[in-house]
Amino acid sequence: MTLVLENISRRFADVDVIKDISLSVEKGEIVGLLGTSGCGKSTLLRAISGLDQDYRGTIAINGQVIQGVHATTGFIFQEPRLLPWLTVQDNITFGIKGKQQAVFDRAKRFIEYVGLTGKENLYPRQLSGGMAQRVAIARALVTSPEILLLDEPFSALDAFTKMQLQDLLLEIWEKYQTTMVLVTHDIDEALYLCDRIVVLRDQPGRIIKTIRVEQQHPRNRGSVEFAHYKTDILNQLDFSQ
Amino acid sequence: MAKTNTEIKARYAMKVSADHKKIWSSFERLLLGSILPIALIITWEIVSQLGWVESYQLPAPTAILARLTELASSGELTQHIYITVYRVFAGFLLGTGIAVIFALLVGFLKKAEYVFDPIIQAFRSIPSLAWVPLFILWMGIGESSKITMIAVGVFFPVYLNLVSGILTVDRKLIEVGRMYQLSLFQQIYRIILPATLPSFLVGLRSGLGLGWMFVVAAELMGASQGLGYLLVLGQNTLAPETILASIILFAIIGKLSDWLLKVLESRLLRWQDRFERGS
Repeated sequence: MTLVLENISRRFADVDVIKDISLSVEKGEIVGLLGTSGCGKSTLLRAISGLDQDYRGTIAINGQVIQGVHATTGFIFQEPRLLPWLTVQDNITFGIKGKQQAVFDRAKRFIEYVGLTGKENLYPRQLSGGMAQRVAIARALVTSPEILLLDEPFSALDAFTKMQLQDLLLEIWEKYQTTMVLVTHDIDEALYLCDRIVVLRDQPGRIIKTIRVEQQHPRNRGSVEFAHYKTDILNQLDFSQ
Repeated sequence: MAKTNTEIKARYAMKVSADHKKIWSSFERLLLGSILPIALIITWEIVSQLGWVESYQLPAPTAILARLTELASSGELTQHIYITVYRVFAGFLLGTGIAVIFALLVGFLKKAEYVFDPIIQAFRSIPSLAWVPLFILWMGIGESSKITMIAVGVFFPVYLNLVSGILTVDRKLIEVGRMYQLSLFQQIYRIILPATLPSFLVGLRSGLGLGWMFVVAAELMGASQGLGYLLVLGQNTLAPETILASIILFAIIGKLSDWLLKVLESRLLRWQDRFERGS
């Protein structure tokens, strides 16, 4: 699954939020869109997802220009966005169509996978933030998307849960080689997860630098190399002393 | 061995005490709720027995009870209750049905809102009881005018709550549906309607309350049976115990019907994250 963006621009009420952004993502690649708030990184992700269709430019998946939401795209939002009237089980199977037993087996596998066994019949109000986001991850994965879009998926979680779920995401990637586009403002997260980090800034947002992180997973969160990358990114965003 | 035995006993005792606590807390609730009514009835009875108030104005609770048993034993009471409950129920169903149709139209189609909402709001500002004479003129004093009357009362709260419920559905949840490429119908059925359920139920409960109010109005205007008719009968025969018996029956049945809806509500909304009050 390749994803190619060409000259994407988006205006909100006569203000350009992003302008002429071009980017191509290879199959199985994890690409991070990193930037300060207001640089249009979420806007770009919403355009890719098809939830927002009022952009200019073209977005192509596997060489095919898309209009609207694409069947092979999954989205993990910043908040879990679970349907409060459905149990964990039913939230996870929300997006799959098909025979009852097959759906059930599939859901069971993913419930196990994200570590929610025994919690199938709980309602979202009974879950902690981390558990709810696990449900959201399972819900997005259960339909086996070929491109997974993530909009700051761990930003509302505590540091430890965040690290756990980042590792979970990498496990999933190892297993399915899902192409991922991850919006984040967390440099450490981008360095830990991504093969390529696209740094955006200014208004309208534009790409100022692309960093390729060659290290194999699993990576060491505290490596010296990461510190160098981090300084570089901070320089690019004018945050150095 | 002896130790495990004591452990088992201790655990059993704990479970029993937990059960007791549960029973005690619902009993406590009943007890707290009964204090004021019981005190009121006792004072009332004493005051009546001492002759501080005239019995032709305020009869004693025992006199009202006697009147109720008298009505019940002749079989009249069931007839009155049956007809009134039937009217409320029929009017409630009719009003709710029409309200649901209009609310869905107005909630989902902007054009329908422009067409229907102004006139519905205009009709809402007419005090609903003002329709009574007109309905009687049109439909006579039979069942249809009464049921229509009640339906008018039920319509507005159900309509208003359902529309506002539909209009305030979280956009974020709709987006989840769009990500899974749900059709418009599936979005309505799987996201919007369940999300609307809480406000719909609020509408039903206040609609039912108004239904009970309107059945009194309708039966006061002209009826030969029903609890409202008992009110008129009591007035015309100078029998306050009949009036009070009718009032008490309204209170009991109205409360009962609201309780049924409340049970339904807590069943359907057990997923809701609600505010838990302290004791």
